[in-house]
Amino acid sequence: MTGYIVRRLLQAIPLLIVISIIVFGMISLAPGGPMSAFEENPNLSPEDLARLEEQLGLDQPVHERYLRWAGRIVVGDWGYSNASRRPVLTEIGERLPNTLQLMATAFVVTLLIAIPIGILSALRQYSIFDHVATFLAFVGQAIPIFWFGLILIIVFNVWLNNPVSPSTGFAFSNFTNCADCAPLLPGGGMAPFGVDNPTFWQRLQHMILPVTMLALFGAGTYTRYMRGQMLEVIHLDYMRTARAKGLSEGRVVTRHALKNAMTPIITIIALELPGLFGGALFTETIFSWPGMGRLFYRSAQRVDYPLLMGIVMINAVLIILFNLLADVAYAYMDPRVRFDRR
Amino acid sequence: MRGMIWRQFRRHRMALVGLLVLAGLVLGSVSVSVVSPYDPEKSSMRERREPPSLTHPMGTDTLGRDMMTRLFYGGRISLTIGLLATLLGVTIGTVIGALAGYYGGTTDNLLMRLTDLFISLPRIFMLIIMSLLLRSVEVPILQAYGGVGGIVLILGLLSWTGVARLVRGQFLSLKEKEFVEAAQTLGIRNMRIVFRHVLPNTATPIIVAATLLVAGSIISESGLSFLGFGVQPPTPTWGNMLNAAQDEMRKGNWWMAFFPGLMIFLTVISINYIGDGLRDALDPRKMR
Repeated sequence: MTGYIVRRLLQAIPLLIVISIIVFGMISLAPGGPMSAFEENPNLSPEDLARLEEQLGLDQPVHERYLRWAGRIVVGDWGYSNASRRPVLTEIGERLPNTLQLMATAFVVTLLIAIPIGILSALRQYSIFDHVATFLAFVGQAIPIFWFGLILIIVFNVWLNNPVSPSTGFAFSNFTNCADCAPLLPGGGMAPFGVDNPTFWQRLQHMILPVTMLALFGAGTYTRYMRGQMLEVIHLDYMRTARAKGLSEGRVVTRHALKNAMTPIITIIALELPGLFGGALFTETIFSWPGMGRLFYRSAQRVDYPLLMGIVMINAVLIILFNLLADVAYAYMDPRVRFDRR
Repeated sequence: MRGMIWRQFRRHRMALVGLLVLAGLVLGSVSVSVVSPYDPEKSSMRERREPPSLTHPMGTDTLGRDMMTRLFYGGRISLTIGLLATLLGVTIGTVIGALAGYYGGTTDNLLMRLTDLFISLPRIFMLIIMSLLLRSVEVPILQAYGGVGGIVLILGLLSWTGVARLVRGQFLSLKEKEFVEAAQTLGIRNMRIVFRHVLPNTATPIIVAATLLVAGSIISESGLSFLGFGVQPPTPTWGNMLNAAQDEMRKGNWWMAFFPGLMIFLTVISINYIGDGLRDALDPRKMR
C-alpha cells in the first residue's frame, strides 16, 4: 500500500506542473492584468509605466515569468498580490479558515440530512416517505445554488423580520419593510457591521443562511447515493443470514447493511469534497463571506494572477489528494481491492 | 424498437411531465418574438420595477423591460448554450474514449493521463479563468451575442471527461466481442470499426450521459453569467438576469431574482427527469 501511495504522489507532480503551466499561460494572456490599473492613471508617464512593468517583471516573455514563479513556489514564496501588494500566502491564510469553517459546517449538515433520509428511504422503499424524499432530492439537485442563496436572502433577510427586534420589541411586520424592523437573519458578512469581536451567537446567526445554501449543494446528491447503496446491499444473502441468526433489525441494519453501504459513499465523499470549494465560491460571493472563494472572485475581476494561481493550485492539489484518498480508503475498507500485486 | 422505448419512457410519469415542461419552455423561447408584445431590449421609464401583474406576468426590471419576454429570449441563449456545449463535450469525450478503449496500450495511457489532467482542474475556477482569457480572443464567432460561442467552447472543453471514461469502458469490453474480430479479419480499417461498428453499440449510456450534461451545462453557464464572467448584457440569459437582480432583491424587488432562477430550475429538473426516464427506457434488462 505504501508503495502505491508513493507512486501515486510521484505521478501527481508532473500533473501539477502541467496544470500550473496551462493556468499560468491562460492568466498571462488574459487582458486587464496588473498593468491596466496603472495605465488608466494619468499621473504616470510612459517611462513610469515601463519602469513599473519592469519592476513587476511583466516585460519578460511568458515562459520566463512562469519559470520564475515556479522557482519561487518550490521554495515557498508564492509572490505578492498585485492589488494589495501583500504576500499571497498571507492573503490566502487569512481567508482559508473562514472558508473551512463554512465548508465543514455545511458538510456536516449535509451528511446529517442526507444519510438518515437516504437510509430510511431505502428501508421503506416505495413508501410515501421514500417518494417524497426522492422527489425532494431531485429538487435539491436541480436547484441552482446561487438562486437558492438569493431566495434565502429574500425570505429570511428581506421579508421576515425579527419578532423580538431590539427596537420594536415583539412584533411581526408581515412581509413589509418598516424602518425600525431588524431582519430575522443577517444576509451577509461574518459579523454585524462594525463589530470586530462578535459573540458566538452573532457568529452563528451569520452562518445560518450561507451554511443552508451550501448544504443544499450536496444534500440531494448524497441522499440519492445513500439510498442507492442501501438498496444494493439490502437484498443480499448475508442480510438474510444475519436475520436468520436472530439478530435484531436495528443491528442488522447498522452492522451489516450500513457498514457495507458506506464503503462506496465514503469514496464518493472524498471525490466530491474538493468540489465544495466551487460551491463556496458562490456562497461567499453572495453572502460577502470573507473566504477564499470571494478572494478568487475579486482577484478574477482584477486579473490578479499571483492570487489566482495560488488558489487554483491549492484546489488542484486538493482534488488530486482527495482522489488518492478515495482510492486508498476504498482499498482499506474493501479487502478485495489490492494495489500491491498489480 | 423505437415504439418499445417510447412505451417504456411513458411509464415514467415524471419524465413525461419533464418532457412537457421542457417542450413548453422551448416553444415559448422559439415563439417569443412573435407572441410577446414587448421588445426585450427597449426600456420604458414609466414601467420600471413593476411587480408581477396582468400586463407583466413576471414584472419588469430596472429599465422597465418585460421580465417574461426577456426570460424567454434568455431561454434561447441558455438552451442553445446547453445543447451546443454538450454536443462539443460529448464529441470530444466520445472520440477520446473510443480511441483509448479500442487501441489500448500507449494511446490509452496517454489519453487517460489527459483525462486525469482535466479531472484535476477545479471546474468553476477554471471556467472563470478561461472566460478571462476569452476577452482577448478576437474571433467573431466566439464573441457574438455577448460571447455565447466562447462560453460554449469553454464549457465543452471542461465537460468531456465523464463521457470519455464511459465510452472507454464500453470499448474495453466490446472490443473483445466476435463482431469486432470478424470486422478485423475482413480487413476493415480500424477507424471504420471504431466509429461504424463499435460506437453504435455504446449509444445508450452516451445518450443518457448527454442528457444530464445538458442540464449541467445550463447550470454552469448560468452560474458563470451570474458571477459576471459569462454571457454579457444586453444579451439576456437567465444567469446574467439573476446577476442584475442581486441588488434589487435586497430592496424587496423579489420577482427580478425569483423568475430567472425558476426558469433554470424548471429546465434542469425537467432534463434530469427526462434523463432518468431515458435510462429506464433504454435499459435492455427492462425490455419485454
